[in-house]
Amino acid sequence: MTTTFDLIVVGGGINGASVALFCARAGMRVALIERDQICRGASGVNAGTLTLQMTRVALIPYALEAHAMWANAPEWLGHDVGVVVCDGLSLAFTEGEEELLTYRAARRREAGAPIEIITGTEAQGIEPGLGASVRVAGWCPIDGFANAYLTGLAYRRALVEAGVALLERTIARGVDETEPFVVNTDRGPIRGRRLVIAGGVWIEPMLAWLGVTLPIKVLINQLSVTERVAPVMRTQVGIASGLLSLKQYPHGTVVIGGGWQGWGNRETGRSGIVPDSIIDNVRLACHAIPALAEARLARSWTGFEAETADVLPAVGPVPGIPEAYVCGSIHSGYTSAPYIAKLLAQCILGQEPERLLFPIDRLILQPASAATVS
Amino acid sequence: MVVETDLVVVGAGPAGTSAALAAANAGLGVILIDEAREAGGQVYRAPARTLKASTKTRDRDAVVGVRLRAALDRSSVRFERGLRVWSIGERFRTDTAGPEGVRTFKAPRLIAAGGAFERTVPFPGWTLPGVMGLAAATILLKSEAMLPGRRVVIAGCGPLLAAVAAKVSGGGGDVAAVIDMASRRQWASVMLQLATRFNLLREGAGWVLGLARRRVPIHFASTIRRIDEADGLLSVEIGPVDGKGRARPGRSSLINDVDAVAVGHGLVPGVEITRLAGAAHTYDRLRGGWVPVLDAMGRTTIEGLYAAGDGCGIRGALSAATAGTLAGLAAAGDAGALDPDTLASKSEPQLKEAARLDRFSAAVSDLLALRPGQVADIAPDTVVCRCEDVRRADIDAAIADGAADVNQLKHFTRCGMGPCQGRMCGDVVGELVALHAGSREAAGAWTPRPPLRPVPLADLIGSYSYNDMPIPKPVPL
Repeated sequence: MTTTFDLIVVGGGINGASVALFCARAGMRVALIERDQICRGASGVNAGTLTLQMTRVALIPYALEAHAMWANAPEWLGHDVGVVVCDGLSLAFTEGEEELLTYRAARRREAGAPIEIITGTEAQGIEPGLGASVRVAGWCPIDGFANAYLTGLAYRRALVEAGVALLERTIARGVDETEPFVVNTDRGPIRGRRLVIAGGVWIEPMLAWLGVTLPIKVLINQLSVTERVAPVMRTQVGIASGLLSLKQYPHGTVVIGGGWQGWGNRETGRSGIVPDSIIDNVRLACHAIPALAEARLARSWTGFEAETADVLPAVGPVPGIPEAYVCGSIHSGYTSAPYIAKLLAQCILGQEPERLLFPIDRLILQPASAATVS
Repeated sequence: MVVETDLVVVGAGPAGTSAALAAANAGLGVILIDEAREAGGQVYRAPARTLKASTKTRDRDAVVGVRLRAALDRSSVRFERGLRVWSIGERFRTDTAGPEGVRTFKAPRLIAAGGAFERTVPFPGWTLPGVMGLAAATILLKSEAMLPGRRVVIAGCGPLLAAVAAKVSGGGGDVAAVIDMASRRQWASVMLQLATRFNLLREGAGWVLGLARRRVPIHFASTIRRIDEADGLLSVEIGPVDGKGRARPGRSSLINDVDAVAVGHGLVPGVEITRLAGAAHTYDRLRGGWVPVLDAMGRTTIEGLYAAGDGCGIRGALSAATAGTLAGLAAAGDAGALDPDTLASKSEPQLKEAARLDRFSAAVSDLLALRPGQVADIAPDTVVCRCEDVRRADIDAAIADGAADVNQLKHFTRCGMGPCQGRMCGDVVGELVALHAGSREAAGAWTPRPPLRPVPLADLIGSYSYNDMPIPKPVPL
């Protein structure tokens, strides 16, 4: 390809696809390189939870903006991702959990999340499906969920309409030159004046192409879904520790998550479930919503989540390499990604971002220390 | 608690039972697991317990089944009945669930012998009540001694047509018609190839003569065009097809006042275990679809994982037993329980038998294989994924929207996401995507995930106390 694009985005998950979309709509010629298909990795297989009660305090202002974007997806994205806005409950079953929940809810409230602590009885008024043993709950009217597997379809249509050059099933293998950028792919070199690295857990090896060492911890999150069942719940339910997410989709299936860990390998891309951990996750779910026990498990799966050393996003310019950027590792990333990616797009377009980015200088290991870590 | 042994065999049909017996005879500790209460699989299915005393019919399959179960009882094989395998993990950790809760087995070797499931190529009316698979009709007849209906149409392809028709008719049911996609000429060619299999021919001839005696109409080179329902009765429209399964122009006719239709278009290997374990697979239309890559002894490309029977390519029950014996011997040999010479001498006659049987199964494989023209003919309004109500037109629209393989199609449409886990529609959907992707390889196959069968959450969780649960440390604030 002899074209020189204004922007090359490597990684077609929700981060990369959003940056590509906003930049293309602002008039840039954008190429999006994805080794699989748009939003088929973590962005397509996550639990779709849009909650503030699992969001890190520092990200609450961003998540509030992003929640509003999700709720209006048809307006700005142009396509539906099946978003349901509903009440969210975070449950405490024990005294320890009550303490944890009360403290965390207060901190998140200070950051702007409208979370109230309510009694178990009040919680049952909001969610009749709850089991009897709830002591207190965090209640937040700004919650909900999307249908994560529809993300790819919606974004793909939007990207095509915005004129983004979609290079699906194209493997980026490295960056040969930086002025302009030449990305080496299995389908030949792709040239562009700007580069965004948005490869999920693979941003670590991708940043290494640019000589930057940014360690990423790989989480292997497990999820399960039941077959369609009659309504058993109407809210998005979690627990104080954050280790449960539970919601029933309009078509009747119930998705059970919470970040219980499976096994996996970033290098081979292979991953799978750990049966005991699935069982514990399901026990937690049935403890919260007892009627779930009558459903059948239809499918369990895994997805890779990236985590930085301080569990805060890596979003901003790559130091020392003009016009190179990174966008990833956003905790509860599905919720906040569209907004944070929009901020990065503003930065790339030469505007002042509405809110601060998350510059990566703090996360980069210098060559000497990098050697000891690897 | 994890129960450890030398070999786990999943599936107690002819392949799995033979494998378990061969390995146990060679000295391995063997655990054989099946979701049914009795060994035998589909072909040698045991009658329900309550029916045992009253069952008079003793056809050949029933006799073989009785012998198979007796051999299993006499052996050292530990038969774990009524357990549903839901996950296969590293080093063949095998997780099961049943009404008594979860149980886990582990062995350095595992033989996958899960058998096959039936393919139905959709047509208008295929999801109506009273329309069922040929295999479902067989289960009713064998396990429950129950007729699928009073006046039954039997349709599709393969030897099962005549077998089911004969059983329905012999059991007092009225077979309104047999609708066979194969032509008389195709059958004649099969008969020639089976000329030396006198027993099989005699059995087949017996079925056909019985139907002729009862004046059951047999329509060759024909297929069901649609089924409509009115006042609880079905009317079946049939018409001629060509060798590729495409409708030929020609007069269609109606068969009225039918209360059941048994229809099946061949079998698809159940490769859930070998795919979940990450073994290499290849697409083989004549063997029913995606099949694991195996050596002559049944070794997959994953060390310690073996496969046998219709679950790794449709060859029938006789071949399944031989392949099972070979896989059992291979597992024993690889475990060091048989020295190489003994393994070779015990395998040799089985390998010869397998080769001999292969020639016969190859003769009927074309009858049972997916006919591409039949899939191409599916009408836009016809439901393809019955769990999620996804029509042919929805699938074509998703492909036009950029769905390049079956998994992307699944995300776009929910096709294959229902409780059958994509088993019923998967083969047909792969063929529909291949029409655009260029090949079945390019269309791909559903990503394999546990549970291998849907499991009630109640069976998984058992009884537990919240306070004893190992809840990991909270996510950071």
